[in-house]
Amino acid sequence: MQPNPDLGETAYIAVRDLTMAFADRVIQRDLNFAVRRGEIFVVMGGSGCGKSTLLRHLLGLQQPAKGAVFYAARSLWESPPSERAAILRKTGVLFQSGALWSSMTLVENVALPLGQFTDLPPGEIEAIARLKLALVGLAGFEEYYPAELSGGMQKRAGLARAMALDPDILFFDEPSAGLDPLSAKRLDDLILSLRDNLGATIVVVTHELASIFAIADNSIFLDAESQTIIATGNPRDLLADSTDVRVREFLTRGRHYRGDRGPDRADEGRV
Amino acid sequence: MASPNDGQQPGFPAESAAHAPFVDVRRDASGRLAVSFGGDWRIGSALPDLTPVHAALSDKTPQILVLAAPRLSAWDSRFLTQLMGLADLAESRGITVDTAQLPRGVCSLLQLAHAVPERMDTGREPDDPSWLAAVGRWSQWLVQDFRDLLAFVGEATLSMGSVVVGKARFRRVDLLRLMQDCGAMALPIVSLISLLVGLILAFVGAVQLQMFGAQVYIADLVGLGMTREMGALMTAVIVSGRSGAAFAAQLGTMNVNQEIDAFKAMGISTFDFLVVPRLLALISMMPILCLYAMLMGIIGGAIVAVAFFDISVSEYITETLRVVQMRHFLIGLFKGLVFGVLVGTAGCLRGMQCGRSASAVGDAATSAVVTSIVFIVVADSVLTLVFNRLRL
Repeated sequence: MQPNPDLGETAYIAVRDLTMAFADRVIQRDLNFAVRRGEIFVVMGGSGCGKSTLLRHLLGLQQPAKGAVFYAARSLWESPPSERAAILRKTGVLFQSGALWSSMTLVENVALPLGQFTDLPPGEIEAIARLKLALVGLAGFEEYYPAELSGGMQKRAGLARAMALDPDILFFDEPSAGLDPLSAKRLDDLILSLRDNLGATIVVVTHELASIFAIADNSIFLDAESQTIIATGNPRDLLADSTDVRVREFLTRGRHYRGDRGPDRADEGRV
Repeated sequence: MASPNDGQQPGFPAESAAHAPFVDVRRDASGRLAVSFGGDWRIGSALPDLTPVHAALSDKTPQILVLAAPRLSAWDSRFLTQLMGLADLAESRGITVDTAQLPRGVCSLLQLAHAVPERMDTGREPDDPSWLAAVGRWSQWLVQDFRDLLAFVGEATLSMGSVVVGKARFRRVDLLRLMQDCGAMALPIVSLISLLVGLILAFVGAVQLQMFGAQVYIADLVGLGMTREMGALMTAVIVSGRSGAAFAAQLGTMNVNQEIDAFKAMGISTFDFLVVPRLLALISMMPILCLYAMLMGIIGGAIVAVAFFDISVSEYITETLRVVQMRHFLIGLFKGLVFGVLVGTAGCLRGMQCGRSASAVGDAATSAVVTSIVFIVVADSVLTLVFNRLRL
């Protein structure tokens, strides 16, 4: 485990030559990117391009076929298990469905990681758990079970749990999936305030254009066809400058593409 | 093109439009084959024979196939698949297909179906039907499954070790709830089954023993049978169906909902938190349930003996006390303990292996019960043999 030479001071998460595969089927190969401390980093791309799989690699849930993931220049997969656990303890994640533990109430969900990793007395743990729930606007729902809440509330409770241990890095898997536009906007605002008020580094996997433009400081664009990153940078700059037709098509919902090429099937009226 | 009143849209036809479907084939001198469709071409209507069209496409191959539907009253996907079949056949023979005269809706759906070419690189072939391949795949699965089992047992042992030295990570309330589910809640069904097993044992034995006038030995048969063998065995089968399947379904659903991922991403061991309390609940409850089942079985035997074979209650009790000794109970309780570990292992293993779909959860529960029963019966045979050799 050697520190990676070409990571600057600012690179908090660095991915080097990462290849992801299920058995023999390669999803993405030779990914390289870095996330700076305190920025909101968006991983975008079409459905099925491997965005969520990339997240699983960053979270230590799936082992890379090749390459490495560094947190503050420490390799996640080459570290001994105890050190890997220490790295992961600095992270929190909001899964796509919330992934709350369905057999526990909201306050128990948020309190569990605190109970596992701190020596605080039970009363104080519960106080912290209630505070986190209040921060995401769920005060009063402490004793509810996840199944009794709407999808948006489950996501917010999931976020409260992700924030339980005051992590340095927060991961979001499709935060706006299944939410109405207004709830999605509120979640975006929450993400922005987490960066601004807590100084958290945030990695968001999404394909929601409104979110991408609202929150991203930096981004990568994964492409399923070429199995690699085809664009890097702030999405607004990409929209303005990118010459890649796939990136422009995605960021403009296909308008650019159709506008340039006109109707793309010349064989109309034939089977 | 037909007028809108001809029912050119899919869905409900006009009331009067229930015409039988027909197809009309005409060939003109310039090598054009004109096929026109009419009537009701939907799922549920009896379609006309298309062999004349096929024949016309095959012999003296025409150059252009013109499809038209001037008198079509109603259509749905079935019409489309028939058209696509004809078009594919024609194109495979190098015949140009002209669909311009078909209704607009049909045309655009056909184009949509052909818009994205079929992906050939998805890496998924239709299943190889050869039995040799099936045997090979099955053996690979067997080896992999055995490795999973070993890994599971290893991890579970480490986690149980940390409990023994006083570093339990799970919540006590979870353990208590599981003990209640596996233990107290199983009492009614265990009572019923073991009482009936005692009855059955008594009847089966009594008919033979009566021939020698030795009915009093029913007590021996039932007493030894329930304590050494049937008490533990029946309890284990019941518990595998109740708790083993429940464990697999619980853990499997947690896997589907990414709850397991949430534990792992937080660095909380799923073995410490989920597997260990389940194993502990079964290990603590199984011997107690077994003891209860043995007593219920003996009571069942007594009912038969007293009611049908003229044996007094005191005779039955004396005979039972004479023959059933402490070691017989201990053998039964030891078996119960072993079965408890096996049921817990099978249930949790299948739950942790579960895939990410609703049917995978069902498969996990089924597989948990099957695996536990196989484990139980094999272990019981081995243990019975061992105790027999040891003259216990």
